[in-house]
Formats: sequence, structure tokens, C-alpha cells
Amino acid sequence: MSPLSRREFVAGGVSAGAGLVVGFYLPHGEKSRKEIFSPNAYVRITQDNKVTIVLARSEMGQGVRTALPMILAEELEADWKNIEIEQAGASTLYGDQSTGGSASVKTTWDPMRKAGAAAREMLISAAALAWGVPRSSCNAQSGSIVHAASKRRLSYGELVSKAATLPIPTDVPLKQSKDYKIVGQRLARVDTPSKVKGEAVFGIDFKMPETKYAVLSRCPTIGGKVASFDDKESKKISGVSYVGKIGDAAVAVVADRVWGAMEGRRVLNVNWDDGPNKDLNTAVVTESLKQAAAKKGASLYSAGDVSKTAGRRISAEYQLPFMAHAPMEPGNCTANYSGNACELWAPTQVPQDCRDSVAQAVGLDPDQVKVNVTLMGGGFGRRLEHDYAVEAALVSKALYDAGFQEKKLGGPAKVIWTREDDMRFSTYRPASLHQLSAVVDGSGWPVAFRHRIIAPSISGQKGQPGPNGIDPDLPDEAAFVYALQNVSLEYVLAETAVPLGWMRSVYALQVGFASESFVDELAAAAGKDPLEYRLHMLARDQDVSYFTTTWKTARMRTVLQLAADKAGWKNPLPPGRFRGIACFGCFSSYTAEVVEISMENETPRVHRVVAAVDCGQVVNPSILEQQIQGGIVYALTNALRAKITIEKGRVVQGNFDDYAPLRMEETPVVEVYSVPSTEAPTGIGEPSVPPLAPALCNAIYAATKKRIWALPILNS
Amino acid sequence: MADFTLRVNGSEKKVSVAPETPLLWVLRDTLELTGTKFGCGAGLCGACTVHVEGAAIRSCSTPVSQVSGKSVTTIEGLGANGLHVLQEAWIAEEVPQCGYCQTGQIMTAAALLAKTPNPSDEQITQAMNGNLCRCGTYERIRKAIHRASGMSPVGARGGQ
Repeated sequence: MSPLSRREFVAGGVSAGAGLVVGFYLPHGEKSRKEIFSPNAYVRITQDNKVTIVLARSEMGQGVRTALPMILAEELEADWKNIEIEQAGASTLYGDQSTGGSASVKTTWDPMRKAGAAAREMLISAAALAWGVPRSSCNAQSGSIVHAASKRRLSYGELVSKAATLPIPTDVPLKQSKDYKIVGQRLARVDTPSKVKGEAVFGIDFKMPETKYAVLSRCPTIGGKVASFDDKESKKISGVSYVGKIGDAAVAVVADRVWGAMEGRRVLNVNWDDGPNKDLNTAVVTESLKQAAAKKGASLYSAGDVSKTAGRRISAEYQLPFMAHAPMEPGNCTANYSGNACELWAPTQVPQDCRDSVAQAVGLDPDQVKVNVTLMGGGFGRRLEHDYAVEAALVSKALYDAGFQEKKLGGPAKVIWTREDDMRFSTYRPASLHQLSAVVDGSGWPVAFRHRIIAPSISGQKGQPGPNGIDPDLPDEAAFVYALQNVSLEYVLAETAVPLGWMRSVYALQVGFASESFVDELAAAAGKDPLEYRLHMLARDQDVSYFTTTWKTARMRTVLQLAADKAGWKNPLPPGRFRGIACFGCFSSYTAEVVEISMENETPRVHRVVAAVDCGQVVNPSILEQQIQGGIVYALTNALRAKITIEKGRVVQGNFDDYAPLRMEETPVVEVYSVPSTEAPTGIGEPSVPPLAPALCNAIYAATKKRIWALPILNS
Repeated sequence: MADFTLRVNGSEKKVSVAPETPLLWVLRDTLELTGTKFGCGAGLCGACTVHVEGAAIRSCSTPVSQVSGKSVTTIEGLGANGLHVLQEAWIAEEVPQCGYCQTGQIMTAAALLAKTPNPSDEQITQAMNGNLCRCGTYERIRKAIHRASGMSPVGARGGQ
């Protein structure tokens, strides 16, 4: 039973440790207050027994629209059949609404539980008052309060008017995990039926009457601008009603229909001022990483003294390219600017950032901008950017300024990106270089481990560098979870003009690939089994305190052993089959993967991946399995082929032919196992990504004795 | 601009658009059938898959002029009387994550089952390989097709 103070509840904080705020408000005024029971901003109950749970995170496929309401419904003892889910737009009631960092379940676990528990306790009080019995003789069961002694029962709907008049409790008890009825169940996702019927409304599907469609021609050279443009041909295209500059580096073509806007752009003539990066290419980026490596880095983690250990020294360098998220739904956003207000319908992971950035771009106050959040056809971090939203708002303002609304020429503006726009104007996973070295003893066991991460900073490039120039993502993504006495992890800041973004698992992919491939090199150098080598490094129970997370070697050992056992690591493989293993901790979760391959014409074919994860309490095992399977397929694309290259300052790749995601024929069977746990839940959207590439490369080493030091594996 | 008549999900539709307009945009913009998705615009991802005369085609790369007078089935018309068995199987196997590509996946699978009621794993892979899913739902797609295969497609219009 965890007590909850009213001060904590009302004043915010809510002890989640993440600065979350549970907003309190009286949403419906005194008059209607008796018809609606809404003790906090997350839940409303009406007299028809309908329970509305508000989702203040964005659904991009990862299942939050189901998982987060499950957490609240558990504490509320709600009848899941009566739950309706409402998507919150940008708000001031829910703290930071950013959906990323595999953090939605982790950071809303406490607020959602406490919101549900507070409502439940008030409903119990209402029933006890109605019956004139002690509260302690009543309990909540599946949408009703029951008085067992007298076999009386009142539904939540029947208790709404009474509960709405009661004070919000100062302390509410939270359920123990052994009593969970909803959390931990394979409940069907609420968004599945609409998605298979084609009824789900993604950002690109949202439509208002008189919507105008805009396609933008953007300067293909990074950092370039529009010098001049000629719209004569564009305006000959049927339906094209406006052509104009948007910002310094783009020209929008606006038409009645999407196809008209696309055709209008095709024939648009723009002269570009290529700007300062016209000679930038991939080789320049690689060279700049090497040059940056000569600089002294900032320490991420230091234990013992790596410089003073004696023994045989082993070193290696690893390298990774830029990568693009490439979600299936291309970028888009709808905006309706009307002089003193702007409303948006945005497929976004960051509604509040969209609100603030749009306000700044069109010269409004943030409270004059309303952001509605739509479903997203994938996010993977690409929709942590606000670029689509700002473009849509600027186009809508341009139309407004040109008198479109006044002359009744059109309503909202919808900006749509093509696949080529998405590929060429993305924000890319940073290219990186990794210098690793270890000192091993006479038996080949490591006594010191050093990893220098040389990479540009995503947040730094966006003007928000972390303390000591350490990219603020690295605290979640670069821990070395082994019980070793001498460890040094360093971050060396590199610079690049290539736009950077947060892509699924962010730096953990690069760090995990380098670190876990190198551990395999050490095992091979020692002539030891890679599993045995890792278990030896994890043999001692140790807390590894890395920034704000305390990693437990025991938990890593358990997931590693679980993956190995389920994969049959000790059993011989059929001829021609080979295995690799890797484990990694990121976003406070532990993951280990065993990859089984064969080699066909020097190309690896992945047959099976066994994944084990410890992410604390599992909220929905089916969604967990989806996230692990999906993360592994995503990671396999990254490992095999994902590579964005730059020539003459321009991104070379354009569509799914030259940036080719995994297809069904290459998809392995993925088995998912989770460690039973009642620890508070941690992230699961990203942690399956980092171990895949090293486990695969380690399997390739097992097959060929060739080490892969650079991704992607193919064409590198 | 030119006039075209299509039979979409069993109803006759007249549209007036530029002849080279891809069927995808006629469906999405003109007829407001947004279950068919735009993914790549180049026939590479399959998100825009619909049936023309029962065959799965890429609507993003098919000019409307090529389908004039023909019968088009979209996800909205796949199950004429309720859900198609594949849609039921997709729900039972909890296939979608983001869900964006899934309507195209289902349309491709429906064309497969119409010709091959009990496809092997190889036949499923061959048929489905043109449909991309960035969420990585391929395994559950395969399971859902197996679940639906051999079952009578109750309510299916079958692209006619």
C-alpha cells in the first residue's frame, strides 16, 4: 500500500520522479458537475456507466492507447468493456506529453495508477454514504461498489452524482501486483478493429471541408535557400491556386487536390542557393569523426583506473552511418490559421513542441494554438520533430494573408510529404565512430574496458546541449552493464551539418553494436564461449550507477541466461547454422538476444531470433511481444542495409528501392520471453533494437571468422 | 480533365479528374475512401493495394484512365456483409501496430486467398513480399493468413 498525499497529487510531482503533473480542474462547471464525476484530468465517469480515460501520449503503433488506460482501469476496478479512450491534444494538464524514450508506461505508471485509485476511493465513499455503512465494508469490483454483507451493489454510473460532491482524498492506497486483473493480461488493443477496416484516421486521412493541399519544394542541399522561382508552369496545372515561398528554403504549391499539388511541384522552377554545404559528402563526415576522435572527451562513466591496469591490450574501432526512420506514413499536418488562432491536426510525438513552435513561427501566443493529435503511421522518433506542423501553419497563414478565407477560396491547409521528401529531408541517426580497448589478464578475462563514443550531438545541434557537452540522450543509452572494476566511457562531441534526429533506440544502437561486438572479440581472443565470457563478466552482483539509473548485473545475467536457455545455446546446431549473442541495457530495461543464421553466398540469412527482456511489470504481454518483434525487424534493416549517404551536400537515397526496409522473405522467427517481475515497469519500445546488430555480427563471426567493424553489413 | 466511370465497391462512381491521376488519389481525395494509403508513390511498398477486377494492384502507380469502366475493390468494400475472414484473422492475431500498411497487406492477402485458398509458407512469402511494414508485423501477418486460409470468405465481395 503506497500512501499518496494530497499535496503531492494536487501540486504535481506525483512522485514519478519525472516531473509529471496531474492537473486538477472542474471541467464542466457546477451545473453539470453532478452528471459527470471527474476527480482529475485523466478520468471521467458518467451516469450511463461510461468511463472515459484520457490518453496524454501519442499512439504511433506502440500500443499506448491500450496500455496506459489499462493501468488506470486497474486501479479504478473498472469494467474494461465500458472504457472509452479520449486522445488529449497539447495541454497544460499532463506535464510533458512527449512520446519517446520508451518512457510512456514508465513515466505515467504512477500518475495513471493514482488517478484511478483516487476515483475508486471516492466511489467507495459515495456508496458507503448512500448505504450508511462503513467504507471498510465496501469494495470496488468491475465497475461497481459492492457491500458484501448485504449483497447490495451500485454501479459507478449510479454513484456519479454523489461521488462528484466528495472531497478528493488525501491518501489513496494502490493495489498490489498480485491482485491485478487487467495489468498483465493479453487484452486486445483498442485500435485494432478500426485499423483493419480502414477506418482509423491517421494524420494524412484527416480532412475538413474546403481543405487545400500543399506540397513543398525544399532546397535539396543541406543549409541551402531559395534564390528565385518561376511558377508559370505550376499555375497551369488544374486546381493549383497558390505558389509561394515558405521560410527561406522552400516553395509551397497549393492545390485543391493532392495530385494537383504534386504535379504543380513537378513543373515548378526553382533556382537554389546551395549555401555552405555544397561540397559535403559522406567521406568528409567520416574524416571529421576521425579528427574529432583526437580530442579529449567528456566522461560518461568512470570506475577504477583503466590507464593503470597491466596485461594484454586489445583494441578495435567501429563505425556506423547515418540512418533514416522512414515511417510508412509520410510527413503531413493540417493547419487552420485564422488571424488570431491556429488549429492543427498533427500526427506528432510532441504536441506541446508543435504548439510552441507554431506559435513562434506564425506570431501567436502558445495558448492561441490548438494542437489535436491524430494516429500516426509509425513514428520511430521522426515525429519528435515539429517541422511538418510549422510548415502547415506557415502555408495556412500564407493562404490567409493572401485572402483565401475572406474570399472563401479555401479552408485549412494540409501539407503532405512524398516518400522522397521523407527520405531526403529527414533528421538522421547520427553517424558515429567508436574506439574500444580492453586489458585482459593471462586467462583472457577483461580487467579494464574503455569505450570512446565519437558522435555529433542531436540535442546540441538543436541548440540544447547537455551539461559538459554530453548529449542528454546518452544517460539513457550508453551504460556498460557488467561487473568490471576498471571502466571508462567517454563521449567526444563531433560536429556535422547533416540534420540529426532521435531514431528508435537513439545512441543505444551505435553504442550497443560497438560494445557488444567488442566483447565478442575479447571472448574470441580468449578462446572462450561468448555466453560463458559474458556470464563471467556478470558473475558478481553489482549495482552499476550510470547517471540516474542503477543497473543490476543480476538482472542482466538473468535475461542473458534466459535468452541462451530458450535458444538452446548449449545444444549443437545443424550443419551450416551459426549463432551469436548480445545483451544490452537501455531505457532502464535489460535485453538479450540470440541470433541464428546461415550464410548464403557470403550473405547472412537470419532464421531465428530469441529475445529475453526484463522491463519490470509487464502491462500487456501481447503488446510487449509486438514491440520486441517489431524492434528486431527494425534493427535487422538497420544492421543489414540502412545507410544514408551524402553527395554534394544532398542526401542520395530517395525511396524504398535505395533505402530498402526488411521484407517478409528476410524476416526471421522471433521468440520473446520476459522475466516475471513486479518491479515498476520500464521501457520496451526501443530496448530490443541495440542487441540485434552485434548478435548478428557475432553470428557472422562464428560462421566466417570475419569481424564486422562497420554497419551496414551489406554494401559496406 | 476528363470524366471516368468506375465501379467502386459495387457502386458506380463518376469522377472528373486529370487522366494521369493515380487511382490512389482518386480514391482518397475524390471519393474520400482513405483506407487505401499513400506510402511511396512508386509501387515499392504496397500500402496503396486495391483490387481491380479481383487482382491486387498498386493504386499509386495506376492512372485512373487505365481502370475506367472497371471494378475496383478497396478495404472499405472487402467485406460486403461485415468483416472479411482476413480482417477477422487480423483482429484475432492482433496484427497491427501503427496499422498504416495493414489495409494494403489485407488486400494483397485477399487476392492471394482468392486464388490459393490454402497457401504454403512459401506462397505467402511470395505474395506478401511486395508489402512493406516498418513496425515489423510480418510474423503475425503470416499467422493471420494461415488462420484465415481454408475458411470460407463469408461476406467477401472477392473483388467482383
